Amino acid sequence: MESIQAWFRRLYDETGINLTIFYDPWDGLKYLKGIGLTIELAVLSVLLSLVVGVVGAWLQGVRFAPLRWLVYGYIQFFRNTPPLAQLYFFYFGLGALVPTTTNAFGLAEPILNNFQWAVIALSFFAGAFNVEIFRSGIEAVPHTTVEAARALGYSRLKSYIHIVLPLAIRICLPSLNNNLVNLVKTTAIAYAIAVPEALYVANQLWSDNLNVPEMMNVVLVTYLTLVGLFVFGVSRIERALHVPGYTPS
Amino acid sequence: MVGEGVMAMDKALKEPQVVITDVHKSFGTVQVLKGVSMSVRKSEVVCIIGPSGSGKSTLLRCINALVPIDKGSIKVDGIEVNDPKLDELALRRRVGIVFQSYNLFPHRTALQNIMMAPVHVLRQDKAEVEARARKLLAKVRLSEKADSYPGELSGGQQQRVAIARSLCMMPDVMMFDEVTAALDPETVKEVLNTIRELAAEGMTCILVTHEMGFAREVADTVHFTDHGRIVESGDAKAFFTSASDPRTREFLTQVL
Repeated sequence: MESIQAWFRRLYDETGINLTIFYDPWDGLKYLKGIGLTIELAVLSVLLSLVVGVVGAWLQGVRFAPLRWLVYGYIQFFRNTPPLAQLYFFYFGLGALVPTTTNAFGLAEPILNNFQWAVIALSFFAGAFNVEIFRSGIEAVPHTTVEAARALGYSRLKSYIHIVLPLAIRICLPSLNNNLVNLVKTTAIAYAIAVPEALYVANQLWSDNLNVPEMMNVVLVTYLTLVGLFVFGVSRIERALHVPGYTPS
Repeated sequence: MVGEGVMAMDKALKEPQVVITDVHKSFGTVQVLKGVSMSVRKSEVVCIIGPSGSGKSTLLRCINALVPIDKGSIKVDGIEVNDPKLDELALRRRVGIVFQSYNLFPHRTALQNIMMAPVHVLRQDKAEVEARARKLLAKVRLSEKADSYPGELSGGQQQRVAIARSLCMMPDVMMFDEVTAALDPETVKEVLNTIRELAAEGMTCILVTHEMGFAREVADTVHFTDHGRIVESGDAKAFFTSASDPRTREFLTQVL
């Protein structure tokens, strides 16, 4: 540890490449916390966006038309507007409307903080795509397969759980993977509402140390690593779900 | 005593298991069934033949309520299919259907495919179902393929698994919808042998088929359908040699 810090300090002295996060414990810890928050943001948004996707795809199939229109409107809105504008809409637009509570210092505090708003905005953004992805998967399950399940006495719900969803997930995994990678990267926009995730912390650090080029590289390598780990995880899931002799269309 | 036994058997044989009365079905403006009536006795093997688009497959799908009928009545073991309060499960556990395109569940092994419905739908004991499923796999001569996925099986093997899957629900009636139409001539034999054995064991069978030789061999009764109607019915042995309706004769000369 000591020697690593010494090495980076010497690197700075000899070349001018200033990577404070590797020799200044305070900076290092701060950046680690930023990465931690990015991961937290990504994990929560991925999970919540999957829930939005499954529920939305199910609502698209209900008989009650106004619910279907609602889902349609939701998808159009979130697919066709920039995610940053959506984040502002949630945080500044809706955020101003939600009730506030009084904190320990007697100050008004919104019931949802910026981190929570970021999770909500990101989940709804990615969820809109997930709805369409799940729907395409469900529609790609052959009608005849569902008919066979019905003929064996499966109810609609049971055939959904045991046959349609397991097949649909395998069919739509590649596009789901794409969308979720996109979501992991998009967590960086939480910067705009001062969520102290990796990019935001990097900005603070380069303002302190005037090492903009160095931190820019660090930020890119950070995201490259995070997304790499995520893709590795998803491909493990993909392999676990692989069925011999079956290539989902 | 002997006489009584024969009488009881005779009665069982005559007891109609499926009674179809004046069934009508339209898809949009297309009338697919225009008043079809027939009845199937216990242990009877009935073949429905006729040109494509004559409503044969639709009729099978009406019998297990996959397709709702517009008018008429279908009774299976006394259950009225055309009843708004129909207990679909009670009907479907009595009537098994095997499809032309096998329709196995591709994400489950052969053994799992056979076990799924009794476990999920009938909530039967898993160990019991597995024992039954393995026996059925042996019956269709695929014991060694228990752990293979459908994608690893040939068409004929998949179709035999599909038959075993239907049988595991312990149905009273088995329906076969052109089950050999997608198979090559060699594998057709494997599948027909399985059906032949079932028929010999006394399973009530309703077959839609283009295998005229097979129909002549295993069927008790043959119905010829055309344009949504049963044109001619008769005892299988006589049907192929002495059909009287000109349309039936025309069809038979083309396929025989």
